[in-house]
Amino acid sequence: MRHRPSGENIIGFESVGLRYGLGSEVLQDVSFVMPAGSFHFLTGASGAGKSSLLRLMFLGLRPTRGRVVLFDKDIAQTRRYELPALRRRIGVVFQDFRLLDHLSILDNVALPLRVRGVKETEIKKHVPELLAWVGLAEHLHAKPPTLSGGQKQRVAIARAVIGRPELLLADEPTGNVDDHIAMRLMYLFEELNKLGTTIVVATHNEQLVTRFSHHPRLHIGHGIVRKVSP
Amino acid sequence: MISRHSDLPLKGDATSRYMPWLVALMVFLSAVAVASAFAIQTVMTRWDHDVSGTLTVQVTPVPGDGGEALTEDRVRAAIDVMERTHGVTAVHALDKRQMMALLEPWLGSTDVVEDLPLPRLIDVTLDPDAHVDLAEAGERLSRTVPGASLDDHRIWLSRLIDLSRTIQWLAVGIVVLIGAVTSATVVYATRTGMAVHREVIEVLHLIGAQDDYIARQFADRAFALGFGGGLMGLALAVPVLTAIGWAARRMEGGFLPHLSLPLVGFIAIGLLPAAAALVAMVTARSTVHGTLARLP
Repeated sequence: MRHRPSGENIIGFESVGLRYGLGSEVLQDVSFVMPAGSFHFLTGASGAGKSSLLRLMFLGLRPTRGRVVLFDKDIAQTRRYELPALRRRIGVVFQDFRLLDHLSILDNVALPLRVRGVKETEIKKHVPELLAWVGLAEHLHAKPPTLSGGQKQRVAIARAVIGRPELLLADEPTGNVDDHIAMRLMYLFEELNKLGTTIVVATHNEQLVTRFSHHPRLHIGHGIVRKVSP
Repeated sequence: MISRHSDLPLKGDATSRYMPWLVALMVFLSAVAVASAFAIQTVMTRWDHDVSGTLTVQVTPVPGDGGEALTEDRVRAAIDVMERTHGVTAVHALDKRQMMALLEPWLGSTDVVEDLPLPRLIDVTLDPDAHVDLAEAGERLSRTVPGASLDDHRIWLSRLIDLSRTIQWLAVGIVVLIGAVTSATVVYATRTGMAVHREVIEVLHLIGAQDDYIARQFADRAFALGFGGGLMGLALAVPVLTAIGWAARRMEGGFLPHLSLPLVGFIAIGLLPAAAALVAMVTARSTVHGTLARLP
């Protein structure tokens, strides 16, 4: 993991706007920076634009206007073939998990390593270790449809962190689990953050944000983002 | 290549069911076209070989009483002229029985033509190394022997060669067309596969897969399906082509020359399944690249 020194910016948005098709802007003049090693919440009501902002961060969308800088690279100036290398430095926990139902848990978690060309011997060594760490050692060969919501959540997180990303983006990671598991997940994110990973958690769970209020948050309302310091 | 790891569940796609049969049909048709082109080439080479170095003198029969004796005199005169021509190694006049044997494959029973005033033919064999002035020989022959003419088969042969070349180009065109149809089908099948597996592709894309990582999986599957289908097509084509060759050999009287394939023909037909598989693989790969290029 090539974590950068704490304090250097890992993400920078400058006057970013986003619209889908010919509709009105879902994000307007978004400007912020996130230092490496930071932990941010991304809050706002459902439909406020949290997922869109996350998609811009994990390069699933290009902004309609403005400038996005990721790992010191201006995305507008970056060639398309260079983007996969940037994406590999980002781990994403999708709101709907996006596990591949036809693959085993082991193969799902191994995906980020396989796309990097990691040897199968390494994969067979590291993936079961991580799955054991998230409590799924008994389910290595199970398929996602046979798992509970909480178990799927943990598989999704394992897949996001197996590549030891510098930036972890989680979209409503506690949305499908009970409070107890939600707290365990948050502690897991904090542990990863202590190890140097920059964390962004998008949530509309105000209780959760209040409980971890020592972390700054970006609040989205009506397409406008404002920073709320702890 | 075929057994490489794949994250996409392509084996269960509808494409896996219809693609091999479609490729099989394409390879079958290509095999027939290629075999035809090579068989025609072989026939032409044989005809060319058979007639090169030979000439035919034709002597028109003299009608009326005593015409037969006069015709015989003219044949002898023509033989004499040709024997004295530089470069001629043998001169042989065909008798009536040989003439009838030549006509039999075309007309069946020769009873009806026996009394017809058929021209007399003289076979002339040339020294392959000698330069023979055919124009001068023909002119001398027609001047010395009334009603005699020299045929060096060139007009007849050049028309046949033109015809065979046209058929060969037609065969090449058919194979190219079949390749294009196969490619178009693979493009459609690949796009359908990409639409079906859109979510899996998006996940792979977002976790940092290069376009070629995804394209390679479609290409591997297309290669496997194309090769399997190609082998089926070849398995269908071999007995059919064998049967055509056998039927041609059974035709009586040499109406058709013996149809056979040269070694290069067998090799070309044997390579068709691999060629079909390569076309499918390259097409699938480029289709996936083209489609993924539209993603951010």
